[in-house]
Amino acid sequence: MKNDIDVDIRVPIHTRYLRMIGRIGEEVARETDCPEEIRETLPNLLAIVLTEGVVNAIKHAHSADPEGDLHVRINVSKKDLVVRIYDTGIGFDLDAVPPPSLTSNGLEEKGRGIFIIRSLMDTVKYIRSDDANVLEMRKNLV
Amino acid sequence: MDLKIENTDGVAVLFVREDRLDANNSEELKTELRRLFDNGTKDLVIDLKEIHFIDSSGLGVLVSGYKNASILHGSLKLSNLQSQVKSMFELTRLHRVFDIFTSVDDALQSYR
Repeated sequence: MKNDIDVDIRVPIHTRYLRMIGRIGEEVARETDCPEEIRETLPNLLAIVLTEGVVNAIKHAHSADPEGDLHVRINVSKKDLVVRIYDTGIGFDLDAVPPPSLTSNGLEEKGRGIFIIRSLMDTVKYIRSDDANVLEMRKNLV
Repeated sequence: MDLKIENTDGVAVLFVREDRLDANNSEELKTELRRLFDNGTKDLVIDLKEIHFIDSSGLGVLVSGYKNASILHGSLKLSNLQSQVKSMFELTRLHRVFDIFTSVDDALQSYR
């Protein structure tokens, strides 16, 4: 059955798992029934937002808890694809992340990750809670 | 990181022989770029033919190299961007910053 997929990933907090998480995302995207116009790009899109989200969690949200696990969920339904990246660290303010200055010389070395996620997904939220914070990224499929 | 460096008429060509340039390996490229600049390299072509995936960390290291080359009055140019990599440059507008060539030869020709 297409578009009823729920993948739960838990790995140690390390960038060495980026490749594996990205490949899982690509495979999920290939199994996803989606509009023709995004079918070809969805695997790479999902690999990118997973990578950017996980790196963000490692660098900013998990800095106070480097021994914990990294928890990622990918859920595909008929209407949308949702990626959730959980962290138990100090968290960050999504709205405080400035976009790279596209109108100036654009030569910042950092700060493109959240901009890339926001550009590729339809809705991006960072929800704080006592148990775990979650970066939630949603792509509409209809 | 698997890198190969050639030197043609004073221009260093750095072949990045990896399929990904991401937060897991981009620091190694940054270190190599720093070593090249410290050893007197000013003009540099980075060939990305084998890279099929790049993230913001990889882009950031290329921007860092671009700025360092400019400070030294040299230039850092790119060649052989795969479609997924090109998309990331376009998304972040970096295709307007870098000189991007379809082959290493074309990039080298631009220095002559």
